[in-house]
Amino acid sequence: MSLPRDVEPLAVPPGTDYGMSHAVETAATHGPTNPWVALAYLVAGVFFILALRGLSSPATSRAGNRNGMIGMLIAVVTVIVTHDIANIVEILIAIAIGGLIGFTIARKIAMTQMPELVAGFHSLVGMAAVLVGLAAWMNPGAFGILDAEGQILTVSRIELGLGIAIGAITFSGSVIAFLKLSGRMGGKPIMLPGRHVINLGTLAAIIALIAAYAMSATAGPGEGWMIIAVAVLAFAIGFLLIIPIGGADMPVVVSMLNSYSGWAAAAMGFTLGNTAMIITGALVGSSGAILSYIMCRAMNRSFISVIAGGFGADDSAAGGGEAREQRPYKQGSADDAAFMLEQAEKVIIIPGYGMAVAQAQHALREMGDVLKAKGVDVKYAIHPVAGRMPGHMNVLLAEANVPYDEVFELEDINSEFAQADIAFIIGANDVVNPAAKTDKSSPIYGMPVFDVGNAKQVFFIKRSMGGVGYAGVDNDVFYLNQTTMLLSDAKKMVEEIVKALD
Amino acid sequence: MDFISVLSIFVLACFVGYYVVWSVTPALHTPLMAVTNAISSVIIVGALIASAEAGSATAKWLGLAAVVLASINIFGGFAVTERMLAMYKKKDSK
Repeated sequence: MSLPRDVEPLAVPPGTDYGMSHAVETAATHGPTNPWVALAYLVAGVFFILALRGLSSPATSRAGNRNGMIGMLIAVVTVIVTHDIANIVEILIAIAIGGLIGFTIARKIAMTQMPELVAGFHSLVGMAAVLVGLAAWMNPGAFGILDAEGQILTVSRIELGLGIAIGAITFSGSVIAFLKLSGRMGGKPIMLPGRHVINLGTLAAIIALIAAYAMSATAGPGEGWMIIAVAVLAFAIGFLLIIPIGGADMPVVVSMLNSYSGWAAAAMGFTLGNTAMIITGALVGSSGAILSYIMCRAMNRSFISVIAGGFGADDSAAGGGEAREQRPYKQGSADDAAFMLEQAEKVIIIPGYGMAVAQAQHALREMGDVLKAKGVDVKYAIHPVAGRMPGHMNVLLAEANVPYDEVFELEDINSEFAQADIAFIIGANDVVNPAAKTDKSSPIYGMPVFDVGNAKQVFFIKRSMGGVGYAGVDNDVFYLNQTTMLLSDAKKMVEEIVKALD
Repeated sequence: MDFISVLSIFVLACFVGYYVVWSVTPALHTPLMAVTNAISSVIIVGALIASAEAGSATAKWLGLAAVVLASINIFGGFAVTERMLAMYKKKDSK
């Protein structure tokens, strides 16, 4: 067994003297004192900022990702060279195991599974934060957070408590999100009676426990049961918070958990006084918060109401028994659609999650290519909440080789429907529902939607007339004069259209 | 570093994050989440410190477990981001 680095048993007599000098040293070294070490972490932090900056355009994005890797390398190498690591082999094995698992998952995962992958990865960050927090609690000397009396510094106790709590919420919340997104658990919201009281009570208890720990008289290494209680309650609340949230709100949940994983890293950064961790935590935390905000705005839902949960639960309960009014609609075939598409000058395609489920993106790109070869102007329009996470649909189209400069966001393309000959809707529903603009009683009222009704013709691919969108509301677009319903599996229908076009 | 310096860095980094993230094009929001996931695993720094110090055996094993989890994220996160970004092509580059 090796000795801790600053201890020279022959030079330092055991007893009070060693205790004093150790205490003085640790109290002064809340974080790295060597300016070069601090500088290295700062540089790593700057590389992380550049990594996100690169994502402002697809052209610079890959360089951005490389910057992220460089930042990570700097941080890891710095910590390894500035600590006397006795068990480097064990550590390298741990990194190799993790790296191999990570690489394998990243190579094998299908692009449609990206939301569940990201949720799964968030859970790992959360768990890592909890483990690091507990390790720091048991061995605070290694982290330089002991005071002269051998107690953990008060401010560090709060940081540890917060870091463990946020990490644990991130972990259990992400596990539930992962199970829901991967279909291992039903997407329907599960409502517990009195859940708001339970949630608020648990949250209050966590805060009270952290406060009690901060003020506790005995808080040496591994002392203070409150830390364990905080972890247990935080695991429970993460679970309780996400259970009642339905499938349609998952983009918000995934973004929110993204944000939490950042705050957890930041809290640990405070404990270590490590700038790389603090900068990263702040970046990731704000990133997730902004994405949550964008998603909420795109659904016209307040963040609070998403977290309170239960979107669409009432409607699905009522919709089952109630016989819906039968309204006349026009049904068409692939040949009809192909004929009209060929004649068109401008076609706007609106893909939704249904396209991803049917794996129709490759067939769709083929259809776009054939139409472009025939001189038709083809554009893709993507709603911010299309898919199960922010930007999911863009990735799926990119995977199918749709050039990104043919893909447009809602606010950039919505005015163009008036000049479009055809709006081609595939696997989307709520995002084209005019009830969001006209019907105040609709659950999606106020959500920004595509004005497909302005196009001369609408083709709407849908599996059947029975199913409605996630919000559980009927869609007036089905019954418009210019609408032709193409009732079939999305992939099959598009393939038939491509065949008919040739 | 004292608490106020650390807090200053944190607050300023939040502002940097705010402006940088708003400038990310919505088409890249999924890669953004994947890469933020990878970089938040910089928590591996804490995991390495915990697993390197021999002061507490339990803490060491907790640290090593955290190193494994963070490594999955770092390698997986950067690799999957790279894979996604490689798919984004412009019209004429085909």
